[in-house]
Amino acid sequence: MSALPQRSPGSERALRLRRSLTDHLVTVLAVGSTILVLVPLILILGYLLYKGTSSLNLDFFTKIPAPVGESGGGMANSIVGSAVVLTLASLIGIPVGIGAGVYLSEYGRGRMLGNAIRFTADVVNGVPSIVVGISAYAVVVVKQGHFSAFAGGIALSIMMVPTITRTTEEMLATVPLAVREAAYGLGIPKWRTVLSVSLRTASPGIITGCMLAFARAAGETAPLLFTAFGNQFWSWDLRQPIAALPLQIYTYAVSPYDEWHRLAWAGALVLILLIMISVTLVRIFAGRGMLKGGN
Amino acid sequence: MGVGIRVENLNAWYGPTHTLKDVSLHIPANRATALIGPSGCGKSTFVRCLNRMHETNPTARAEGTVMMGDLDIYKDAAPVEIRRRIGMVFQRPNPFPTMSIYDNVASGLKLNGFRKRRILDEIVERSLKQAALWEEVKDDLKKKSGASLSGGQQQRLCIARALAVDPEVLLMDEPASALDPVSTSKIEDLIFQLKSQYTIVIVTHNMQQAARVAENTGFFLTGKLVEFAPTHKIFTMPSDKRTEDYITGRFG
Repeated sequence: MSALPQRSPGSERALRLRRSLTDHLVTVLAVGSTILVLVPLILILGYLLYKGTSSLNLDFFTKIPAPVGESGGGMANSIVGSAVVLTLASLIGIPVGIGAGVYLSEYGRGRMLGNAIRFTADVVNGVPSIVVGISAYAVVVVKQGHFSAFAGGIALSIMMVPTITRTTEEMLATVPLAVREAAYGLGIPKWRTVLSVSLRTASPGIITGCMLAFARAAGETAPLLFTAFGNQFWSWDLRQPIAALPLQIYTYAVSPYDEWHRLAWAGALVLILLIMISVTLVRIFAGRGMLKGGN
Repeated sequence: MGVGIRVENLNAWYGPTHTLKDVSLHIPANRATALIGPSGCGKSTFVRCLNRMHETNPTARAEGTVMMGDLDIYKDAAPVEIRRRIGMVFQRPNPFPTMSIYDNVASGLKLNGFRKRRILDEIVERSLKQAALWEEVKDDLKKKSGASLSGGQQQRLCIARALAVDPEVLLMDEPASALDPVSTSKIEDLIFQLKSQYTIVIVTHNMQQAARVAENTGFFLTGKLVEFAPTHKIFTMPSDKRTEDYITGRFG
């Protein structure tokens, strides 16, 4: 105490007041920023509900689009189409993304190949989605000679991989060395340690990364324009063009018909709700059987 | 049963730093051997060389001969094989955070491909009993995470996990330094019981602990083994002046 300079009671009080003011100011700023972040989200959801609900009915979920001039119709084929393309994209993107992340974190540290992959992932993450679409078009569609659900899946998987790779790498880096050493100390080989200890310990974060990538891919329109292409009818053939919600929303939104505009709003609402539902379901199921640490 | 370890001219490096210099000693079977010395003296590096954990650090290197019984562990065997036979308990308890208590104990066997449920059940129970943890956890073996236990319980869980793979030697790197006195004395009691079946090497900063649990004690200083002798001799009439200075608290 004696080391501190003596202060008069008056300056002591002023100092205390200043500290408490700063404290309040910072709290207000933090809360304000949080609200600023939440406002657009709530506005979007609210506006979608307001514009979209009126056009939602059973037909929307069971019928395919009505021909021009006829009223009614729905987006059943687009919902299924989106599910098909996204399943394909996830089947390709998640294993490749996690695999690359594992390589970066566990094997490629400080190596040329590792740095190259990390750099590429960051660049691809920043590439406009339309460019990804054109690339998939050039590589898949031109080779096959026609648009296809498969090409759409490839395009979306390219959108997913960088996010998943980088999250996997970062989440694996948070697994303490002590936990890995525990496994090595038991004579567990490295590949097994990576699979059953490191990945398992990091899995909540990795799942979040996969969900982020999935949600982003689900809403992408541009990569699908010249790959999945869209389809006004049912299609179950992966080699044929397939409908997708974002494509259908786009088609309807730029059309001159009021009813189609309303359907586009409903489609946007359904798209957001479906993404929210699937992300929530994955969280619930992934959380099962997972024991959490007490401290 | 435990097996003795003979070390000859062991040298170890981390990058350019020579951390272990020409260490030779004989660790007798079924005894507890304590290693003491100030921080950074190489005692942790030494035990990590015994089960080839040292080389998991990419910059690390070791040279010399380590014989476990008739097996030259640097020539005749793969690191994973050695680590199954020489178990290790670390300074900070490190249970697998996402695994249940049961899975933690069974991990060494399960992750090496062993899947027979009934035998696993038996081994888990036996190991937890050996580690004096069974009574405290038997009701939530599969319900609770290893990380939900207290620090002292976690460390006994780690001991049980090491014992489950049935090693011949148990290396303990300051196993009680992060624990309170009650947990510490439990660990020491354990070491006392375990040495009838295993060869134990324990690194410790606590000289009373060395005196309580170990038959032999080695004193390390700046990467060299200064003195290795029966514990009572080290603490009552050390032959080296540096040992005497250290144990009487004149430095370190």
